[in-house]
Amino acid sequence: MTSQDAVTDLHEAVVRESPWTGGVSPYAVGSKKLGMWLFIVSDAITFGALLIAYSYVRVGTPEWPRPFATPSIANATVMTVVLLTSSVTMVLAVRAAKLGARTHVVGWLLATMIGGITFDVLHLREWLGLIEEGVRLFKNPWGTPLFGATFFGLTGLHMTHVTIGVVYLGIIAIGISRSKFTEEDVEVSGLYWHFVDLVWMFIFPLVYLMSCKYA
Amino acid sequence: MEATGEHGHVQSKRLLLFVWFCLLAMTGGEVFLAYQDLALKVMLIILMGLSIIKASLIISYFMHLRYERRSLVLTLMPALVFVLCMMFVVFPDSVRLLTMGVR
Repeated sequence: MTSQDAVTDLHEAVVRESPWTGGVSPYAVGSKKLGMWLFIVSDAITFGALLIAYSYVRVGTPEWPRPFATPSIANATVMTVVLLTSSVTMVLAVRAAKLGARTHVVGWLLATMIGGITFDVLHLREWLGLIEEGVRLFKNPWGTPLFGATFFGLTGLHMTHVTIGVVYLGIIAIGISRSKFTEEDVEVSGLYWHFVDLVWMFIFPLVYLMSCKYA
Repeated sequence: MEATGEHGHVQSKRLLLFVWFCLLAMTGGEVFLAYQDLALKVMLIILMGLSIIKASLIISYFMHLRYERRSLVLTLMPALVFVLCMMFVVFPDSVRLLTMGVR
């Protein structure tokens, strides 16, 4: 055997053993999960851009309205607790899916959906209250017209994400109960739901707590 | 604390509930802070800091990233952090607006 053959044999042995021959998932996750993670990063950048644009005008405007009295802050705090709890029920759903407990998965998914709907209802109640007080997209009774634009823009986009999440979880719940979806699908939907909760972790302090009305 | 179910790693309920409790406690801290009437810049930094800690907890434990391959973490997180940090470049301008006023 020539040294050239030996090199070729060694090369082929290395290639045969390596992950580059194919059939191996990059990062050891399925393509659905990787796709969801990439989407989450892009959506996080979108929300980041909006939040930083809002923070920019919030810091740079001396007479920014402070319309959120204690009932509003209490309402927003309850919304935060509800969303955090729905994240826990979501994790428990993923956990149940990993353990193979199908009925528990559906139960926890329904609990998560109820959390999301509760959040939406409380939020819409607050929106209607503000609209009644005269807040519009580019006008409000208190000061800079940007208040309405930033508030409704940020929270509206977030609420849209929550609503889409509730629908998404409903589809997964139906699919799981009919044994059409796998635990990977539950986990991927869980990633989306936690992302929605994560964004709220930034919106709540920056929008509500930075503009609370002191007694 | 780490178990393996039918389909891979199962987190312990106790850990998840502990993380949940920490998130609630931090939320309570933030609400308390909101009523302390601190300077706006100070408020912003503390609230952002707390939010980043909460986000890290959610990403690590609820989104399971702590137990994923490091290559996945390094692909996703540095890019996100870098882009968000780049956006911070506007803040000196907003503080300037505050001190100079806008006509």
